[in-house]
Amino acid sequence: MDLGFTEDELAFRDEVRAFFRAAVPADIREKLLAGAHPSKDDMVRWTRILAAKGWGVPHWPAEYGGTGWSPVKQYIYVEEMSQTPAPAPLPFGVNMVGPVIYTFGNEDQKKRFLPRILTLEDWWCQGFSEPGAGSDLASVKTRAVRDGDHYIVNGQKTWTTLAQFADWIFCLVRTDPAAKKQQGISFLLIDMRSCGITVRPIQTLDGGYEVNEVFFDDVRVPVENRVGEENRGWDYAKFLLGNERFNIAGVGISKERICRIMDLASRVRFGGERLIDQADFRKKVAAVEVRLKALEITQLRVLANESKRQKGTQDPASSILKIKGAEIQQATSELLMNVVGPYALPYQSEEDFERRNEPPIGPDWAATIAPAYFNMRKVSIYGGSDEIQKNIIAKVVLGL
Amino acid sequence: MDFDLSEEQRLLKDSVERLMLESYGFDERGKYRSEHMGFSEAMWARYAELGLLALPFSEEYGGFGGGAVEAMIVMEAFGKALILEPYFATVVLAGGILRHGASEAQKTELIPAIAAGRMKLAFAYAEPQSRYDLFDIETQARKDGDGWILNGTKGLVLHGAVADKIIVSVRTAGRSRDKDGIALFLVDGNVPGLVRRGYSTQDGLWAAEMTLNNVRVKADNVIGNPADAYPVIARVADEAIAALCAEAIGCFAAMQTITLDYLKTRKQFGATLGSFQVLQHRAVDMFIELEQSCSMAMYATMMARENGTMERERAISAAKAQIGESARLIGTQSIQLHGGVGMTMEYRIGHYFKHITMIDTLFGDADYHLHRLAVLGSIIRENA
Repeated sequence: MDLGFTEDELAFRDEVRAFFRAAVPADIREKLLAGAHPSKDDMVRWTRILAAKGWGVPHWPAEYGGTGWSPVKQYIYVEEMSQTPAPAPLPFGVNMVGPVIYTFGNEDQKKRFLPRILTLEDWWCQGFSEPGAGSDLASVKTRAVRDGDHYIVNGQKTWTTLAQFADWIFCLVRTDPAAKKQQGISFLLIDMRSCGITVRPIQTLDGGYEVNEVFFDDVRVPVENRVGEENRGWDYAKFLLGNERFNIAGVGISKERICRIMDLASRVRFGGERLIDQADFRKKVAAVEVRLKALEITQLRVLANESKRQKGTQDPASSILKIKGAEIQQATSELLMNVVGPYALPYQSEEDFERRNEPPIGPDWAATIAPAYFNMRKVSIYGGSDEIQKNIIAKVVLGL
Repeated sequence: MDFDLSEEQRLLKDSVERLMLESYGFDERGKYRSEHMGFSEAMWARYAELGLLALPFSEEYGGFGGGAVEAMIVMEAFGKALILEPYFATVVLAGGILRHGASEAQKTELIPAIAAGRMKLAFAYAEPQSRYDLFDIETQARKDGDGWILNGTKGLVLHGAVADKIIVSVRTAGRSRDKDGIALFLVDGNVPGLVRRGYSTQDGLWAAEMTLNNVRVKADNVIGNPADAYPVIARVADEAIAALCAEAIGCFAAMQTITLDYLKTRKQFGATLGSFQVLQHRAVDMFIELEQSCSMAMYATMMARENGTMERERAISAAKAQIGESARLIGTQSIQLHGGVGMTMEYRIGHYFKHITMIDTLFGDADYHLHRLAVLGSIIRENA
């Protein structure tokens, strides 16, 4: 038993770390340190830097641009990227639809879509959730009716993250309303420029615009844009949802936040001493650190098991990673609220902040903290809520 | 990175688990506890036969040279069975002091006797005022010719009443909370001037309060440097904490299994308890804590033998804090999920609950260790 990385893995970590430190444009890194969101242009710039290095999609098969790294190295790569911090590549392409296309798509689809995902020429978004299909995803109602060599799509998707920037959307649509609910679903790739698509932004608690509603009104989608077989879409969706393994816990993200908390707490003075020197504050940070360390090792245990598991099956223990990862990310956002104290109060949107000529209200790092705290509530809701994850563990692991 | 056991380690695990399965059921445990010593002498002899009492000692003294992983394997199995014998006191605590602090002559004399099951030891590290600070020592040693005379009170000495010999931490110089001026003495259980008051602990094990009234100790019974024994104590305490973490996860795993069995069989409102979502989610909360604790017990095991004091202490504190928090959740939830039967002494689950609650009070509870970690720095930020 040995919890340390091997010599080779440590050398790899140093190489990756050095690359990220040198390669992330300074303005993007500053933005992330401040807890702000990268713009579309930031994402494109960063994705192309990674692609040029050949590191855009390490987890893909080599023939489509993967690096052939071991699971541990892929994990190190993701960790180092979050700790730099650098933007995580847009997941909808590289982690979601990309693997579905190279696993279940035909040759034309692979040639057409995969290279453009790598360079973010196509910005993808995810059309899964609907007003009536949240946790109960299989009850999607958006209809696709065959009309010659097209499907006519009608319905509505929601919580569609960053759809305002998207060129393409991958959708679960109902192609057989008579079948049992999981069995009448197909997986369609839809051009966002198609006639009949309307995107309506939804403002979230942080004041930002991350998610959208997407409406489909007689949208014509060529049949060649269906991935795999008709009515087998649920299988592809399950594959997609089970694919998120290296980043589900967000260990690197939380580590970066802990460092940020300590940096800021050493700048803030309260009651005549630095916040970081106050025993009760340090103890609160220590309590989160303990949970984070445990999560990191649990994550490594899941990874170590991966080589023993059947390919393409997910370790149900990864539900633990999702639940605990969310809890800890939320806890770091709470600690930042402790750090900022009363100057959490002024609302200054990110747009205001960038355009403004006058100095910010309060400390220049304060504006994003309360919004991030509000925004972080999402992590225990999206991607299978805590309660759904617990249902999975209860059924699959505990046999209840 | 490797979470697997070696071939030898797997064999060790199999043999300890088999022994526990064959000889340490809940009913047998009850019988052992009513024996003369409050535990089973026969089981102690079995541990000796299996080599468990010799496990951590080096080969030259008749040991097996087992490391932290071997200690974890044994303690986890013992935790599952909730053993009563003084393994922790004799092998982990006193054995640790001998390994790290004793002279060749002392090791040659004592270790073979421990390994053969002929000698039980205890380690008197605590005093009524010291709480969790191992350097807070008021018991005094005064030089007398070429020997020493000890006076003072030691408390909460695990298995102190039945030990053949007791290792006592004593002050030879300085003030009561100094880390310098601390010595370790080996004292016979029946030496004149030593009064031992034995009692049962909350969890059915045994401990003693001790007064030392002009106890004479010969110079060759000093262990290590009589002015600077604290580093040995601190080191052994960290190893002991790693062992307690392993014992705790053994308990947690057993509690998880027992509780799940109950949820799957007990029926109310015409359905098994396990079919109710609110109870399922509580069982999942227990499972998550168990897994997080396993991770931290492994971390403690890996770090317990680190030579860099700061890094080791941070890791050990983090692990003990996690185990303490998990003990509270797993303990209280497992009782709650059992309902009334969980409250009874005739049912197993409560015995585990009491033991893990007591583990939290040994060598610093979760709160104490969070504080220690906060003072020592960060386990997340490098160079902090």
